[in-house]
Amino acid sequence: MATGGDIPEVPARPDEGDRPRVGVDEWVASVEDRREERAGIAGLARRVDDVVPSWARLAAFGAVAASLPLWMDRGDLFAYGIFTLIYVLLGLGLNVVVGYAGLLDLGYVALFGFGAYFYALLSSEHYGIHWPSWVTFPVVVLSTALLGLVLGVPSRRLLGDYLAIVTLFFGQAFVVFVNAANPTVRGQGLTGGPNGIADIDANDLFGYELTTRRQQYWFILGVVLLVLTGLHFLSESRTGRAWRALREDPLAAEAMSIPVNRLKLMAFAFGAGIAGLTGCMFAAVLTAVTSGNFALPILITIYAVVILGGIGSLTGVVIGAIVINVSFQFLAPENPQDNARILFYAVVVLLLVIGIRPWWRLGAVLAGVLALGVVAHTVAEAVSPSWTAGAVVEGGRLSGVVSDWVIIPAGHDRFAPAAYIGLIVAILALTRIRGWWRTGLLIPTVYLSAIVWETSFVEQPAVARWILFGALLVFLMTVRPQGLLGTPRVEIV
Amino acid sequence: MAEKQPLFELREVTKSFGGLRVTDGLSLHVEAGEIASLIGPNGAGKTTVFNLVTGLYRPDSGQILFEGRSIVGLAPHKITQLGIARTFQTLRLFLNMTVKENVMAAAYGHTSSTVFEAIFRLPRARREEREIAALAEEKLAFFGQRLAGYRHDQQAYNLSYANRRRLEIARAMATNPKLLLLDEPAAGMNPAETHELTELIGRLRTDGGYTVLVIEHDMHVVEGISDRVIALDHGVKIAEGTFEQVATNDRVIEAYLGLQRSA
Repeated sequence: MATGGDIPEVPARPDEGDRPRVGVDEWVASVEDRREERAGIAGLARRVDDVVPSWARLAAFGAVAASLPLWMDRGDLFAYGIFTLIYVLLGLGLNVVVGYAGLLDLGYVALFGFGAYFYALLSSEHYGIHWPSWVTFPVVVLSTALLGLVLGVPSRRLLGDYLAIVTLFFGQAFVVFVNAANPTVRGQGLTGGPNGIADIDANDLFGYELTTRRQQYWFILGVVLLVLTGLHFLSESRTGRAWRALREDPLAAEAMSIPVNRLKLMAFAFGAGIAGLTGCMFAAVLTAVTSGNFALPILITIYAVVILGGIGSLTGVVIGAIVINVSFQFLAPENPQDNARILFYAVVVLLLVIGIRPWWRLGAVLAGVLALGVVAHTVAEAVSPSWTAGAVVEGGRLSGVVSDWVIIPAGHDRFAPAAYIGLIVAILALTRIRGWWRTGLLIPTVYLSAIVWETSFVEQPAVARWILFGALLVFLMTVRPQGLLGTPRVEIV
Repeated sequence: MAEKQPLFELREVTKSFGGLRVTDGLSLHVEAGEIASLIGPNGAGKTTVFNLVTGLYRPDSGQILFEGRSIVGLAPHKITQLGIARTFQTLRLFLNMTVKENVMAAAYGHTSSTVFEAIFRLPRARREEREIAALAEEKLAFFGQRLAGYRHDQQAYNLSYANRRRLEIARAMATNPKLLLLDEPAAGMNPAETHELTELIGRLRTDGGYTVLVIEHDMHVVEGISDRVIALDHGVKIAEGTFEQVATNDRVIEAYLGLQRSA
């Protein structure tokens, strides 16, 4: 080991003078700016998001949302307004657990259910108890938070997937308990079994009952604004930072004086409290609760809200809830089928626009699909009129075009399943080939998907709704994997 | 000096993983106000010592004393609150948080406002926030231009490797420690940066008032900073003393180079 003496002179410190140096860590430091410049509309949205102060955003959201009842009818206000707000609240609660603390909690919806059922027990005809809201709300919120804490105790040492399994079990156990166990308390089934609990009281503001949709909407909106404000302050506090630190690296967080286990429990309890609060208003608005309200599809929807909005972002949760609930309600079976049809064709065209480069290849595909449709329709009609005699399901702006373009046969029962299988084969083939062959095969594939849509899915709105909803999510998450307002998370290897 | 109680002391500490004894009856101590270095070949048990001290591992036997009090069995965050902070050899920053937030997060242990105070922005929460922000800026200012103001709001993953090492030190400083444990702070740095770091570790004592224990492979750094050098091999202390004494010690040379000097 050489000692001292012959070591060459160490060069002078390169950052003499206070100017930042070009070329060394300056370049690394400016990565984020450059990335933002590149990012088009989404980048613009992010820059606006960065510039506008949070109170102004909250005020703008509050003002627009508060004016909603003035131009919406009652049914729409229920489906679009109140449900969106419920999803916002659920998303905000889940965001604390998943987004801040990074705990994959799949039992979250059970806490929501617990809150709703508990409210129902304390304020309904079921046991004839009618506590006013200012009593029930704190009681329900605190007990739900306590339940979240209890659920968190065995879970706090579980990591990642294992935590997900345990909490998923809890969620399912809740549904089964409510549905099947239904223990008899004071001569009554506690949970009402499959029938649930009906005749639930409306929320009241110190005795003033909120019975109309407008009142309920404004009340929930007020709660949403309060929760948003509180969470914003919380996320900028030592607790919020500690949650994010433990999401990033629990071991380093522990070594930096953060009590990781206690903070995990706090996140569980806090998220649960918000779920309980939401349950109170949800039960009151629906006036009846059944276990089906708190099953897996709701959990998936809440996760979709948080993930789509961008995990960890409050604005993201609000936007995610709006996008998800509005598109979901828009596709509801009772709405005109043309809604779903327009969305379907829009998604197909958007996918093509995003997926195909350069533009002339895209033009070729679109022109090819249109031409193929016209030719196929003409040929099919020439062969036998019965091949194009099928009626387009429901009218609307697009149905005229569709009936002249897509082959919808009458009386050929095997056609629809055959087209369906053909579509699957074509999609599988698409994944195996490259280049011009692929572009060529894309044309019949798109046309086939239109046929399958018109012959199979339009007739089953409930199925089509979920498929379109899924396709929309896949599409959005492909475009922005980090969610609409989320920051892309970076791991350095 | 010799009779004074050391700030920090390991007494006969043994830790094994399965059949492998990583530290074997190891005793060492660090005096208050001292800069000590822990050297030894790879696998000598240096990082294990840090993990034992900070509570990530629990020793099989032996005592670990900090300010005369045993800290064996305390949770890591409690030990940090008592005044021992560390950096990680493998860089464990909160990558998706900003530079300033990284430092602010480490102030958790010596702040106390509750969730409710934070939500309602009560006076204590607001005052603590201001204090934490000022503390973070002060700790980052320690690194001069390297972690200057314009970097505070950048995500930690944007930093260069050397700057991430500096941020780790800043973060450890924000826990208000008495003893700083630095695990290979010069790893991955170029000669100029290493030189700068040597100077910085000196300033950690003079300006910051910290006692420092450093694990380091770069002998220029070790020579430049150490009051005392402790050499480990196979979990056993093989030499201790000034850099000159340790660097010329036969057992140390043997451990590093595998030479058999005598028969």
